[in-house]
Amino acid sequence: MINIPEDISPWLAIPVALLLICGSLITLVGTLGLLRLPHFYQRIHGPAISITFGAGSFLLASMLYFTVLQQRLVIHELLITAFVMLTAPVTAMLLMRTAVYRDLRNGRQSPDLKPATPLASGHATTAGANRPGLMEEQSDSNPE
Amino acid sequence: MKLLLEISLYFSQFCIVLAMLLCMLRLLKGPTAQDRVLALDTLWICAMLFALLLGIGFASLVYFEWAMLIALTGFVSSVALAKFLMRGEIIE
Repeated sequence: MINIPEDISPWLAIPVALLLICGSLITLVGTLGLLRLPHFYQRIHGPAISITFGAGSFLLASMLYFTVLQQRLVIHELLITAFVMLTAPVTAMLLMRTAVYRDLRNGRQSPDLKPATPLASGHATTAGANRPGLMEEQSDSNPE
Repeated sequence: MKLLLEISLYFSQFCIVLAMLLCMLRLLKGPTAQDRVLALDTLWICAMLFALLLGIGFASLVYFEWAMLIALTGFVSSVALAKFLMRGEIIE
């Protein structure tokens, strides 16, 4: 399946190979963090490294390879880079808000977050009192 | 030098497939729904990286459009799922 020219220069092959190996290893480490970290609030940090460094190295390698191979400037991978860098924080923020909202609504609080965040622990101690209010707020925004 | 690039391409393909497998494990066993959405988002990113790898391997620029499309649909699906989990509806 591999379609690489025979007379490829070492000045191209070595940086591209290095970038590919670095990017794939970093992606692997990020997903390993996604699998191994104990709590959701820690787990959400795992894929961030694979999005930024992994995708960045791969896109850099692709740009370098096609620029030298076609002997013109091929930089449309910058589109993907910009798009991924713009959308990854949006997805992470929405997921984080979802997790906080759902945990508060269910009166569930992770034990390892209590001492670090006094606001969240305050919510946790009055979780029973807050619960009807949150439910009311939800039914306000959802008239059915 | 062709051999070096071939070996690195195969190695990175192996690593990306392994990463997709780890995401799949988290997707299957994730205790809460937001864990599954996060794993699905990471799976989209891994698929985009695999498309880029195929593009380098086949030396064709067609795979760039695949990667772009995968990134776009992945973002839209993750945002829709996250909003659905938060409010129970997608467009308020």
